[in-house]
Amino acid sequence: MKPAEFYMRDRTLHPPAHHPGYKTSVPRSPRMPLLTMHQTPSEITGPTFGHNDFGPLDNDLISNFNHGGDPVGERIILHGRVLDENGRPVPNTLVEIWQANASGRYRHKKDIYLGALDPNFGGCGRTLTDSDGYYYFRTIKPGPYPWLNYVNSWRPRHIHVSVFGTSFSQRLITQLYFEGDPLIPLCPIVQTIPDPEAVQRLIAVMDLNASVPMDCLAYKFDIVLRGRRSTLFENRLEGN
Amino acid sequence: MVQKLDYLKETTSQTAGPYVHIGLAPGAAGFSIFERELGWDIAGPDAPGERIRVEGLVIDGTGAPVKDVLLEVWQADANGVYAHPEDPRSAGVAPGFRGWGRVITNFDTGLWGFDTIRPGATPGRGRDVQAPHLNLWLVARGINIGLNTRMYFPEDAALHGADPVLRTIEQRDRVATLIATKTGPGAYRFDIRLQGQGETVFIDV
Repeated sequence: MKPAEFYMRDRTLHPPAHHPGYKTSVPRSPRMPLLTMHQTPSEITGPTFGHNDFGPLDNDLISNFNHGGDPVGERIILHGRVLDENGRPVPNTLVEIWQANASGRYRHKKDIYLGALDPNFGGCGRTLTDSDGYYYFRTIKPGPYPWLNYVNSWRPRHIHVSVFGTSFSQRLITQLYFEGDPLIPLCPIVQTIPDPEAVQRLIAVMDLNASVPMDCLAYKFDIVLRGRRSTLFENRLEGN
Repeated sequence: MVQKLDYLKETTSQTAGPYVHIGLAPGAAGFSIFERELGWDIAGPDAPGERIRVEGLVIDGTGAPVKDVLLEVWQADANGVYAHPEDPRSAGVAPGFRGWGRVITNFDTGLWGFDTIRPGATPGRGRDVQAPHLNLWLVARGINIGLNTRMYFPEDAALHGADPVLRTIEQRDRVATLIATKTGPGAYRFDIRLQGQGETVFIDV
C-alpha cells in the first residue's frame, strides 16, 4: 500500500471564517465558499526541516532568552505527541510555539499591555518531533491578559502552536489552553469553535508523572494532524 | 452497536493572533533570539531558474491592507520538482532549493514580498499538468483557520485552461484573482482580497 491523499478536512471541528463574536474575523473572512479540489503533488508535499536549522536551546524558553537570570513565573514542561488521524506518530516535524510571559505580556513591539516585560523571557521556541512523534518544551506558564474585543474581554492562559506535518495540506496553527482555567469558556476566540468536544481537546492536562520534583510541573498536549488514505489498488493510483 | 471507527480527530485551528511574529519571525517582533530564522531561503543562490520577486498586499473587506498577516509559500523548482521525498523526481531537485518561505508584512504599509525562482510546471493527477504556481497559506489575527490559495503567472495563459485548479472555478471571472500581474522584468504583484469585490479564490486543500 502506498500513501495517497489526505482525508478531507472535517470543517465542523474548526471555527468558521466568519464569527461575529470575534469581531476582527468579520472584515477578514472570505464570504465565498472554498474551492473544492482533488489533491495534487502540490498538496501532498511540504517543507522539511533538519537539526541544522535549530540551536540547542530553541526548545527551552526558560533559558533561550537568558539575560542574567531565569524568567519569573510557574516553571512548566509542555510535552506531547504529534499524531495523525490514523493514530500514527508524525516524526521529524517542526513544532513552533509562542506565548506571553507570566504577566500576560508579549515581547512584541505592538503589545502595549501594562503587564511587565520579563528581561529573561522571549516567549518563543521550536523543536522537531522525535521518531515517535514526541516533542517537549520547557517554559513558563503564561498569564491571562485583556484585549479589546468587548470592553472587558480576557484571553485565558494560552500558548500558540504551529505544526507542519509532512505536507502543506496538514499545516496547522492552534492555541492550547490550561486545565482548570475559568476564562476558557468566556473567551470570544474559544467561542468561535462550534464543537464543545473540540474545545476540550485544546486543553492541556496537568501531568504530574512528567513533572520534575522540586523543579517544575508538566502539562501534556497531543496534536492531531490530518491522516491519509492508502492506495489499495495500484491501477487507481493518482485517480483517473 | 456497530463497530467503532477509531480515527482521531484533527486538532482544531485557532487564530495565529496579532503576535504571530514572536513565534514565527521574532526579528520582526523586535528581538533577536534564534541564530537563524526560518523561511528566508526559498531558493538558494545555486538553484537555477529565473530569479523573481513577488510582492503584494492582503486586503480586508473594507479595502484596508492587513498589516499583521503572515504568509508561507511552497513551490516546485524550475523543473517542477518539489523538495520532498514523495516527489518521485526529488533526488534531482535543484541544489540549495528548499521551496518553502515565510514572509510578514511591513507593519506600516502591509506590503509583503519575497525573492525566489519561477517554478516549472508540475504533474497533477493522472495525466494532468499543473501550470507553474506558488502555493500560498496565510494566517493573521481575525483569520480563524489558515487560508490556502495559489498564485499563477500571467505568461502561462496557454496552460491555465487545462490547469486542474483553475479549470474548476465555476465563475470564470474569478480565475483572474489567482493570476499575478507582471510589473517589470522578474517582478510580479499579487494582491489577495479576503472579502468582497474581487474576493480571492481560497482553496479547500
